[in-house]
Amino acid sequence: MNNSKPNKFWGFALKEFRHIFRDKRTLLIIFGMPIAELLIFGYVVTNEIKDANIAILDKSGDYLSQKLTSKLASSGYFIPTTYLYSENEIEPVLRSGKAKMVVVYEPNFAEKFFREKNAAIQIITDASEPNTASLLANYAGSIINSFASENGANELRSSPIDIRVRMLYNSELKSVFMFVPGTMALILMLLTAMMTAISIAREKELGTMEVLLVSPLKPSHIVLGKVLPYVGLAFINALVILFLGYTVFDLPMRGSLALLLLVSFVFIILALSLGIFISTVSKTQQVAMFFSMIGLMLPTMLLSGFIFPIENMPLVLQWLSALMPPRWFISAIKTIMIKGEGIAYVWKEMLIMIGMIVFFLTLSIKKFKVRLS
Amino acid sequence: MEKKEIIIEVENLVKKFGQFVANDNLTFKVFKGEIFGFLGANGAGKTTAIRILSGLLEPTSGKISVAGYNAYSQRDLIKANIGYMSQKFSLYDDLTVRENIRFFGGIYGLYGKILKARIDELLSDLKMTEFKDDLISSLPLGWKQRLSFSIAMIHKPVIIFLDEPTGGVDPITRRSFWEMIHSVANQGTTVFVTTHYMDEAEYCDRVTIMVDGRIEALDSPANLKKTFNANSMDEVFVMLARKAKSA
Amino acid sequence: MRAILFIIQKEFLQIFRNKTMLPIIFLLPIIQLLILANAATFEMKNINISVVDYDNSRISREVISHFDASTFFTIIPTEQSVEKALELVHSNRTDLVMVIPNGFEKDIDNSIAPKVQLLVNSINGMGASLAYAYSSSILMNFTKNIAIKKLNVNIQTPPTISTQTSYWYNPELKYSHFMVPGILVILVTIIGMFLTALNLVREKELGTIEQINVTPIKRYQFIIGKLVPFWIIAMFELAFGLLVGKLLFDIPINGSLTLLFSFAGVFLVLALGGGLLLSSISSSQQQVMFVAFFFMIVFVLMSGIFTSTESMPNWAQIFNRINPLYYFMKVIRMVLVKGANLSDIRESFISVSILAVTMLSFAIFRYKKTS
Repeated sequence: MNNSKPNKFWGFALKEFRHIFRDKRTLLIIFGMPIAELLIFGYVVTNEIKDANIAILDKSGDYLSQKLTSKLASSGYFIPTTYLYSENEIEPVLRSGKAKMVVVYEPNFAEKFFREKNAAIQIITDASEPNTASLLANYAGSIINSFASENGANELRSSPIDIRVRMLYNSELKSVFMFVPGTMALILMLLTAMMTAISIAREKELGTMEVLLVSPLKPSHIVLGKVLPYVGLAFINALVILFLGYTVFDLPMRGSLALLLLVSFVFIILALSLGIFISTVSKTQQVAMFFSMIGLMLPTMLLSGFIFPIENMPLVLQWLSALMPPRWFISAIKTIMIKGEGIAYVWKEMLIMIGMIVFFLTLSIKKFKVRLS
Repeated sequence: MEKKEIIIEVENLVKKFGQFVANDNLTFKVFKGEIFGFLGANGAGKTTAIRILSGLLEPTSGKISVAGYNAYSQRDLIKANIGYMSQKFSLYDDLTVRENIRFFGGIYGLYGKILKARIDELLSDLKMTEFKDDLISSLPLGWKQRLSFSIAMIHKPVIIFLDEPTGGVDPITRRSFWEMIHSVANQGTTVFVTTHYMDEAEYCDRVTIMVDGRIEALDSPANLKKTFNANSMDEVFVMLARKAKSA
Repeated sequence: MRAILFIIQKEFLQIFRNKTMLPIIFLLPIIQLLILANAATFEMKNINISVVDYDNSRISREVISHFDASTFFTIIPTEQSVEKALELVHSNRTDLVMVIPNGFEKDIDNSIAPKVQLLVNSINGMGASLAYAYSSSILMNFTKNIAIKKLNVNIQTPPTISTQTSYWYNPELKYSHFMVPGILVILVTIIGMFLTALNLVREKELGTIEQINVTPIKRYQFIIGKLVPFWIIAMFELAFGLLVGKLLFDIPINGSLTLLFSFAGVFLVLALGGGLLLSSISSSQQQVMFVAFFFMIVFVLMSGIFTSTESMPNWAQIFNRINPLYYFMKVIRMVLVKGANLSDIRESFISVSILAVTMLSFAIFRYKKTS
């Protein structure tokens, strides 16, 4: 009990550390989550379409229609799994989800193609998944077009214009550029903000906060001691995600690593102050949890430019997205990692994040003082 | 004391948590209608024993019968015949007095008119009728404890287990609490109570003193004082507790 | 059986007495639905383009005016230098730079394919390919028309295949018809599963569960008594969400609501049973929440909320057979948008029922009245 103040503080922080590390299950999840999520985004959640089940209604059944069907099948996009014999079968096959697209050849397909110079195909897609539907229709359309020019000696120059395209920053159009920064934002946000909010709310709910408050530790030290372990964990997580992104998914690191880590650090502090703020307004762990869960998880995924581009949103939501901390973090790390820019291009994001930190902390301290008096 | 009906019988009860032996070979009998006290320092194994007897904890080994039922295979039958009040307050803070009584009554299988009558009876016994719609969280601690006790008695059990029921309350409330205990004992309910207040031991018909998981003494307070040549139970206890390894 | 009713009644009293949780349970999800359903869209509405026109001819200006007229593009003015235009890409002010080189008009006059360079910001790969596709189709059409006009020759037309595409169930390709049911599934699951999971473990933390464990109540009675209140809340939430979706997003309801709610009922037994199982093997709310949260993220991402599950790798499709959200996500969209009937969703229904029964038995089995 005669220890000097700093020792007491470190003792307290150490106690929190032990508290986290004793629970193996939580620990496993803290470190398993970023890895699982990166793998899912890297290999599962892709916008590419392959092996889509399609149905064929071939009213012609001649060699040309069959040739086109096998060309569709060999493209890798489609697998013709069902063959239909009448129009009536189209609806059930789409409705039950057995096929995502139906290709209908008109009768006498080959004859119309060669004699009348025009044969018709109807493509019916299941647009209950609108993105998939339009992608499938586009793929099918371009395969059919090239099939047409291969099979009818085409004299017209293939392209009347010579377009040279250069994809800047991401020449292979990989999705890793979107999901690594996004995953990082999501994990850091949830881990730090949610864990902080809940662990402080827990002390309040179980009444142990009162015990701590009457101890010789300053309230600011108590909060600091509680959040310090999470800062450490979050930082390690950030490094793991970056390392995996770099080694497994070939994410480039064009800018300064130091700057990147600095930005991550600022974001972690921001998430912490948000967590502290949530804990000051929640009486129980449940409230804190739902606030962080519903208030942070979905918005971080959907309003920050992680999965859906902000530019496509309605104007009101674009403003709302400006209030989302992860938005600025994602934008800053993309600028640093992918564009390789320096501080000159991210000072705006940094300033906004620091502003948010000040805002949340001031509000929390005010709330806290009101509660004490 | 005339020959009485045995209601709890424990033979060679052992409870281990890993390497730690919490209850080391306990053997004792409790008779119907008596107030049976379990005394001991914190960590002596009282709570472990009472939790095993009320079916909250599995024993490691030993023969145990409570209210005539086997503690391994007939746990739900035991539970229907006993009441239990934990040292940690465990009613619902966010429900009112009446709602708490009603809920536990319902869980014990009371319903309709009988339940309603029982609720009114409890409220008037506790003199809490006018506070029946107050949230538990707004009640003083002493009231909460008396309410917990009544709720543990709602189904008129044969035995009631009280685990340090008077922890943290003032002497006056403790006194009135013991009056409640005596009144249920007089109506024939067996009371099994743990405590670390030695003055409370005097209220018991017989007491067991536990040290380090073992039973060091078991007799009526008067006999114990005679045996150990002591003036108070406190002295008896101090003599026995000196032998403890952990003290 | 009566004991179950007493537990249900008690839970409802507690839920409706908690003034902080009520808006979280009933209001927050609806607000989320409103905001997120609008945010979740891949539809490209606006592409910023900057043009560096070195040719500065009548024809090049005509090309630019075609872009200006298109609803997809907004022209961001730039100085006449590629470096300056790339600066705009760097600072995110433009998505696409089009460079029209010197001699563009001359090439067209001489019937040579004119050259154009497109520089696309492709950090968002999908957006980039769309931007490229839109701009190249404008350029192609433009030059094709000029060529045809200029030559004015009726060359022997090659045979073509005309494709007519129809988009069934959602002819306007409205993304909200896809996302609103999906988000609803997530919200209903989060509310139902987390409330249930936290509820039981909270009683452990506060110690109130002891007082119940010491009663003769049967394990299944307790578990069912805990499950039913949150099941009702989640079902109500689903109904409320559907109503909001119908009124504000005009989502189609083509199938039978009875079928949808029957399926949802079974699904919720599974999800809530999972929550109970989790809480009976955990000791603190923090722990429960963390584990639940982990599974939730994995299940949601794999469920096909954003992308088609059929394009996922094989192992992911095998995993999805035990992913409750995968089934519900699929069924809600099939029933609402496509009007699927019982025989269309039979397999999913059977799978979810089996999972639900397994989960519930497991939850009852794992809940121990003794420690």
